[in-house]
Amino acid sequence: MSVNEVQDSIIDEFSVFDDWMDKYNLLIDFGKDLPAIDPKYKVKDYLIEGCQSKVWLYHEFNGNVISFTADSDAIITKGIVSLLIKVLSGRTPEEIISADLYFIEKIGLRQNLSPTRSNGLLAMVRQMKLYAMAYKATNKRQKEIN
Amino acid sequence: MKNINEIRADFPVLGTTVYGKPLVYLDNGATTQKPQCVINAVNEVYTSYNANIHRGVHALSDRASEEYENAREKVRSFINAGCREEVIFTSGTTGSINTVAFSFGERFIKSGDEVIISCLEHHANIVPWQMMCERKGAVLRVIPVNDKGEIIIKEYLRLINRRTRIVSVSQVSNALGTILPVKEIIEAAHSKNIPVLIDGAQGIQHGKVDVAEMDCDFYVFSGHKIYGPTGIGILYGKAEWLSELPPCQGGGDMVANVTFEKTTYNELPFKFEAGTTNFAGAIGLGAAIDYVKTIGFDYIGSREKELLSHATSRLSSIGDVMIYGNSENKISIISFLIKGVHQYDAGMILDKMGIAVRTGTHCAQPVMERFGIQGTVRASMCFYNTKEEIDMLGTGIEKVISMFSK
Repeated sequence: MSVNEVQDSIIDEFSVFDDWMDKYNLLIDFGKDLPAIDPKYKVKDYLIEGCQSKVWLYHEFNGNVISFTADSDAIITKGIVSLLIKVLSGRTPEEIISADLYFIEKIGLRQNLSPTRSNGLLAMVRQMKLYAMAYKATNKRQKEIN
Repeated sequence: MKNINEIRADFPVLGTTVYGKPLVYLDNGATTQKPQCVINAVNEVYTSYNANIHRGVHALSDRASEEYENAREKVRSFINAGCREEVIFTSGTTGSINTVAFSFGERFIKSGDEVIISCLEHHANIVPWQMMCERKGAVLRVIPVNDKGEIIIKEYLRLINRRTRIVSVSQVSNALGTILPVKEIIEAAHSKNIPVLIDGAQGIQHGKVDVAEMDCDFYVFSGHKIYGPTGIGILYGKAEWLSELPPCQGGGDMVANVTFEKTTYNELPFKFEAGTTNFAGAIGLGAAIDYVKTIGFDYIGSREKELLSHATSRLSSIGDVMIYGNSENKISIISFLIKGVHQYDAGMILDKMGIAVRTGTHCAQPVMERFGIQGTVRASMCFYNTKEEIDMLGTGIEKVISMFSK
């Protein structure tokens, strides 16, 4: 599935709920389904500090795609982390850089990614894009050398 | 005397809804809502007589200056300061403390000197002193707190020594609600000729403050926490201290005579009011003080006490709730955690139920660290809140527990 196909399927899943509590319950479930991060990466080096909640983000690059694992100390934040991983993990740097994350707005969680809500999520998206930019630049240099 | 419904009707925001639910506003420690008379007073400045103060020869400027100075008099009489020269308008508590920390530091602090604060302080009463200490090579000393969230007086007395230059503590802890024994703190410091600053940000709105009786050397507070506008605050200082301190900001209105060789400063209080001040905010604060006086601290005190006791017993009845700050001397703040639930998760669910609380460290990280926690949920009540709202908070917490314990 493309980045946008995954986003659309998330929007579909949320669209059956009118009630906020149901939406949050679904987020909590997503949070619980998030593949666990290796505890050795749940340390300061991988910590994205927010004022309200913390997010840990680890990534690996196999030369083609970047895989992300992550965690948060707050469950709702973890639910949103899980959605971001679903959309952006296992993608090429180009896909990650150009991804327009419209699903957040569509499922009504925009406030959770606003700069005024210091929960680590906006910083997490920035960090994911930064990794992608770095690998894109490295790949380009590699090709030039070859 | 107004009944509670009439009082609530004075505050337009209290009648609004969020997510289609009636607002339950329990974040008064962060900022209070404004009664219509305060909104009208600020509105009137801009619709009827806006002009810069202390500068114009024209009628509007006269009127604005007069209203501004009237507001100063209202504050003076409200806190029982000796004279208007001792009442300085600032941008808020943070602005006031920064002014004292800077100016006092410049005038009186040398390398090796000590400043005493407490572990309960808001960052606004930590960082300005830290910055000054760093600049001057001075040392910050911290009064520890006990498990109930009270400062340990015995330790405070031990910290005072011949190097201590100033003590700066809050009247009430914003994170836990503890009322500090300020009289005792001041007396102990004064016995060694050490001045004391009292941070009244969480005290001024809950009970009568009499700076003469308290005998503090500086008292600071914010307008927005006492039902006034934001961006205005007060620095009260005894005249003998304020006249000794150099100004920390230069500009218009704070000068007597300016030449490129030498500038002489204006007299108090203007020496500390550089530039155009927030005169509309000051006038709004005057209106807020008038409002608080019509409600009266007898009513405010007894009602908030009732609300605190109701909230304490309601929340204590929920098995998984842990309350932080259990002093007998508390204002109407309850800081708590729900076992197994992150405070941010709890806050978000409560928000969706229309309940506004604060979550996190409340700009008081050291006291959170003291209790070994990352933050709390804080419900801060004031006289316009109701027992029904507290019951809704209780129900909200039970809902949070059921959602997260699945």
